[in-house]
Amino acid sequence: MLTRFAGGVHPPEDKNTEDRAIEVMPAPKKVYIPFSQHTGKPAKPLVQKDDEVKIGTRIGELDGFISASVHASISGKVLGIVEHPHPIVGTSLACVIESNNSEDWIGDLQTDQDTDKLTRTQILDAVKEAGIVGLGGAAFPTHVKLSPPKEKKIDTLIINGCECEPVLTADHRLMLEYTAQIIEGAQLFQRVLDARTLIFAIEDNKRDAGELFRKTGVEVVQLKTKYPQGAEKQLIKAILKREVPRGGLPMDVGCVVHNVGTCYAALLAVKFRKPLIDRVLTVAGDGVKRQKNILVRVGTPVSDVIEYCGGYVGSPKRLIFGGPMMGIAQYAANVPVIKGTSGILVWQQAKMVEEGPCVRCASCVDACPMGLMPTEICSHVRNKNFDMAKSYGVLDCIECGCCAYVCPACIPLVHYFKYGKSEVWRKSKQ
Amino acid sequence: MEKIETVSEMLIVSASPHIRATRKTSLAMRVVTIALLPALIFATYLFGLRVLLITIISILFAVGCEALMQRMLGKKITIADGSAILTGLLLAFNLPPGVPWWLPAVGSAFAIIFAKQLFGGLGYNFINPALAGRAFLMASWPSLMTKEWLTPVGGTLSGIDGITTATPLSLLKNPANYGNPEIIIRQLNDFDTIRDIFFGRIGGCIGETSALFLLIGGLFLIFLRIVDYRIVVGYLGSFVLLVWLLPTQGSVLFHLFAGGLLLGAFFMATDWVTSPVTKKGRWIFGIGCGVITVIIRIWGGYPEGVSYSILLMNVFTPLIDRLTKERVFGELSKKGVKK
Repeated sequence: MLTRFAGGVHPPEDKNTEDRAIEVMPAPKKVYIPFSQHTGKPAKPLVQKDDEVKIGTRIGELDGFISASVHASISGKVLGIVEHPHPIVGTSLACVIESNNSEDWIGDLQTDQDTDKLTRTQILDAVKEAGIVGLGGAAFPTHVKLSPPKEKKIDTLIINGCECEPVLTADHRLMLEYTAQIIEGAQLFQRVLDARTLIFAIEDNKRDAGELFRKTGVEVVQLKTKYPQGAEKQLIKAILKREVPRGGLPMDVGCVVHNVGTCYAALLAVKFRKPLIDRVLTVAGDGVKRQKNILVRVGTPVSDVIEYCGGYVGSPKRLIFGGPMMGIAQYAANVPVIKGTSGILVWQQAKMVEEGPCVRCASCVDACPMGLMPTEICSHVRNKNFDMAKSYGVLDCIECGCCAYVCPACIPLVHYFKYGKSEVWRKSKQ
Repeated sequence: MEKIETVSEMLIVSASPHIRATRKTSLAMRVVTIALLPALIFATYLFGLRVLLITIISILFAVGCEALMQRMLGKKITIADGSAILTGLLLAFNLPPGVPWWLPAVGSAFAIIFAKQLFGGLGYNFINPALAGRAFLMASWPSLMTKEWLTPVGGTLSGIDGITTATPLSLLKNPANYGNPEIIIRQLNDFDTIRDIFFGRIGGCIGETSALFLLIGGLFLIFLRIVDYRIVVGYLGSFVLLVWLLPTQGSVLFHLFAGGLLLGAFFMATDWVTSPVTKKGRWIFGIGCGVITVIIRIWGGYPEGVSYSILLMNVFTPLIDRLTKERVFGELSKKGVKK
């Protein structure tokens, strides 16, 4: 069954690493673990300089409702709490840990809990303790998403295995190699949410993964390969024909969406009390010797990851965290991998383009999956007419990049929208 | 606090997305130009090398004026984007093949200088420059613009004497000027005549004669999604419907293939810059063009109505865009149900 949402684009997929099994990268010598790796308030530091930590030691405690705990990903000594380059927000407070070359885990790591006996609250607490966040990219604290207000009845849980970003194959590999664990994790989520239906959403360029899931008897919806198929609202629309209202959340239409990687991480958290200290990501691009899917400790500097992948080819001009459509270009080669890092792209070329005048071709209007008029919003933002930008829906923009991708004049529309949004928010705070 | 560690690599930072589709403005302009070439080659075959000369003059003046204006205004010279070439070509397509050589030069200069560059250049002009050029020439030298029809040497319109100096549409408008009205009208709606009109063996503007080649080029552009089908379907659909409903002496097929309708519907009304960006707006725009064309052809003073209908709708484009905003995903109407 192929279903669809309006708009979207189909960039070259370039998924060159889909046949490469996940490799485990050894622990690095030093990690830089930011206290803010999630949507919401940064975690409160719990350690200080010269403290000894083990793998899994909680070094940052969640602060407030929307926040997540942070744990040490290697065992060793805390060198300090410093400002360090951060892949999303420029710089932020990070805990620097130097390895003592041992693989000492925290003591209370349990083996194989019988998850069937756990209550809803126990599962939720385990997820919260482990600092699980959405691994699809936005890194929203998972325990928050699993605790919708009572009046919002959730009937459907969708597990997102679309991986619609070109190049990235980490979720694909995870689905092939850890099928059973993902399903078990998803079923835990289903129990917590008391959702009637559990649906696995997989794009039709990953039929092998879809087959594996279908064989186990779970419900799989195969979706057309189209970007941004994995965006929550578009996914819900394509599968359930429900539209999340403007400014609303999936729970407003009785739905919750979780990424496949999150299910896997949550299962390990519930079953073994394993905190989120590593994640699978794709390393790709013409600027790196060996393209791979690897399991990397959170906090590993990207330079170490590249070294593990054979080093740079030539001198890199571009370093992108995430996919080519929504990823974030990095300015420093020592930024750490964080919980939400789904891929590392290294390019030898900067692929610079020159911006031309808008020729009103309307490609952006046709491509926008949110039904916006990107060219109109862009001209209002440029004229600093933020009220008009808001009335044309700049806040509805999901920054998927479809408009800028198709723009024949190479206008950096997403750049203008990010700026426009920040200005609208700033004005509304005043 | 420790100092932030520095890095040696020269990394380039920009906002996402980091990949772009290959269809750039200049490429699209070139593809449209290529889609018009079959009609140009056919017109050269019909009316002789004179057609090529007029086209080249038109293009040279368009490109030259663009460069000159940009230089005078202290802007970057962007003639490589191919938009001026296209304007020159389209203007030539809208001229009778027998016009004096200076006419395309003046028309192109007006189109580029007044209709395009003075409004800010590519993307900022509110009316189609080529059509503005044509309208300017029509107003200034009406006799040159309506009388210089040449006999197509590649074939003749069978059975009607004297039609070689008139277009089928002017015959339809004032049949009494060319002989017995009843006979002329009957012959115009004849299968053989319509076949000649379809293949282009008739008098007319350089680019409008061959319905066949325009259709091939236009459908090619729709296939590549450079031309939006909504405008074309809206235009031709409303046109056909009205011609069929309203009293006119020409048959539907005659009206569809005669004159500049296909050239206008596929290549002029669909100009990116001067047509609406909303999907609903593009339907309205196309339908508006169709309605105005029919009104001019049936009740107006001109035998043809395509260029003025498009120019009029160009003027309405900003208004149409404002009144037909797209429905934002998840937007509810006031009653709380989906619009």
